Amino acid sequence: MASLSIKNVRKVYPNGAEILKGINLEIEDGQFLILVGGSGCGKSTLLNMIAGLETVSSGEICIGNQCVNDVPPKSRDIAMVFQSYALYPTMTVRENISFGLGIRKVPKKEQKEIVERVAETLQMTHLLDRKPALLSGGQRQRVAMGRAIARNPALFLFDEPLSNLDAKLRVEMRAEIKLLHQRLGTTIVYVTHDQIEAMTLGDKIAVMKDGVVQQFGSPQDIYDEPANLFVAGFIGSPSMNFLRGRLTRHGQGLAFTLVHEGTSTLLPLPSRFSAALCAHDGDVILGIRPEHITDALSARRLETTDAYHPTKVECCVDLTEPTGPDTMVFCTFNATRLTCRTHPRAAAQPGEKIELAFDLSKAVFFDPVTEERIG
Amino acid sequence: MHTDSIKFSPGRALIYLLLIFCALYYLIPLYVMLSTSLKSLDEIRSGNLLDFPLAPTGAAWTKAWSGACTGVQCSGLQPYFWNSVKMAVPAVLISTFIGSLNGYVLAHWRFRYSEIFFTALMVGCFIPFQVVILPMARLLGTLGIANTTLGLVLVHIIYGVAFTTLFFRNYYVTVPEELVKAARIDGAGFFMIYARIILPLSLPIFMVCFIWQFTQIWNDFLFGVVFGGTDAQPVTVALNNLVNTSTGVTEYNVNMAAAIIAALPTLVLYLLAGKYFVRGLTAGAVKG
Repeated sequence: MASLSIKNVRKVYPNGAEILKGINLEIEDGQFLILVGGSGCGKSTLLNMIAGLETVSSGEICIGNQCVNDVPPKSRDIAMVFQSYALYPTMTVRENISFGLGIRKVPKKEQKEIVERVAETLQMTHLLDRKPALLSGGQRQRVAMGRAIARNPALFLFDEPLSNLDAKLRVEMRAEIKLLHQRLGTTIVYVTHDQIEAMTLGDKIAVMKDGVVQQFGSPQDIYDEPANLFVAGFIGSPSMNFLRGRLTRHGQGLAFTLVHEGTSTLLPLPSRFSAALCAHDGDVILGIRPEHITDALSARRLETTDAYHPTKVECCVDLTEPTGPDTMVFCTFNATRLTCRTHPRAAAQPGEKIELAFDLSKAVFFDPVTEERIG
Repeated sequence: MHTDSIKFSPGRALIYLLLIFCALYYLIPLYVMLSTSLKSLDEIRSGNLLDFPLAPTGAAWTKAWSGACTGVQCSGLQPYFWNSVKMAVPAVLISTFIGSLNGYVLAHWRFRYSEIFFTALMVGCFIPFQVVILPMARLLGTLGIANTTLGLVLVHIIYGVAFTTLFFRNYYVTVPEELVKAARIDGAGFFMIYARIILPLSLPIFMVCFIWQFTQIWNDFLFGVVFGGTDAQPVTVALNNLVNTSTGVTEYNVNMAAAIIAALPTLVLYLLAGKYFVRGLTAGAVKG
């Protein structure tokens, strides 16, 4: 087991393309780090560099106390699970798992014990003598993890391991990976483009875009306090709503003013924003998650001890998406598509009016020019 | 594959007629060769080309194999046949093995300028034999292996590597890169990955290369006649000499038997490994 620290790491290809522009990340021993971002953000490149499959242009990668920039992959004490599983097609499951052990000159008897222990942990003892071609997607995934566990490495690397599975299996395997991490306590670096995997699995998440870490923090921090517009829009499903408007004085505090269908609507802000935002008179972008725009019925239940009352606005429904526990309602508001999470019974039909309650107590504000969060 | 029950229709009948016609068109020469080789000279002279042999005899085959004259020597094709075997087998094996290693490097261990290297190798596929004859003669002379089987083996290896590299490289790029990465993390080195991961996946493409190279090398005439001298002459050159050596009558039956003997090894190889040829050229992808 080991900590991982990445200091000012850059990757420049010979043709001049800068894929990673100075990455700084640090996790402690036993933590679960998620690298998340869209395609082409450099997350897989960074993982390959941690694995030693790609060279580091500048900066330093340290596993434990050792700087591994010039250490070949096999000496880094790592194991990797690939998106395509990369099982050796001509070997049985048993041979796949013991291949790396054999190269490391682990005695035959010990190899056998390890393979059996790993197979038991992952409940695949009955698959040991099969070839990968005869396994289902989930079973292959399990074997790939088994191969990684067998080596008992200091650091696990996962490269989008669930992307090739169907939706149901993905949720199951996600839980299994988390359980495995709890049981083994090994440090894990996990690359994904799926923000739900990022939220559910990680101790720490690094949201990346264009070779830059946009935000590095715990899942809840990133969800509640996104550093900028990109992170706010990327994390969370359905995505956060963004409304363009102005900050104005309103009684003792501030209010967010926006224009909807020619009429100006005023959303008073909770008092906690006053200090942070008083310097930002003028245009801002309001970010509000779908669960904070609800129907009047749900809103009434939420009104508890807090002195703050959600503001109610009437809107026309474009589309509804029932998910079971909630019904997503899509409205056009402030010239953008607004997503609201409503109670199934309160959901209106498309074309009808619905009264929406804006709960701004967890809203966030962004500068429209720099797109950084300002409050 | 059965889609629905096959119904007889005029269109289908036309297709079958056409196919049967094409099959006959290609099979008739073979039939003529075989039947003529089994006839005696008298029967050939008196009968029709397409007649079935009335009294089949193996005399022409025996003569072609061990008695017919190729120029001044009258030892049949036998010694030249073995010359060809001694030339083709090592040349095929070595050029295929080198091609396999080259392909592995070009597909999975890309280096700077490896694409240029690959392109340069490909140019080798398009150089006509005639162009290299003079320089090759100088080279073989300098090495002291002119007019020997070893020299011919060398020529065919050099010429074959371009093709085998192309075949193997294009096959190995379909082997997922992640397999090699996984093996590297598992601790395997360059040759370990080749031997344990890549080679076991390569049977179809090896078969393709064996067939392709064997056919090329066995059937080659130009290099054989130029670099073979008298001692290392391959069977193709001997066949030519045998057919062109005339002492009065042209022994059609012996000529036919000799031609079949010369063509037999490639035919047999294709019959044995032909299914891999089609499979290997179309489906290279390794799933899973």
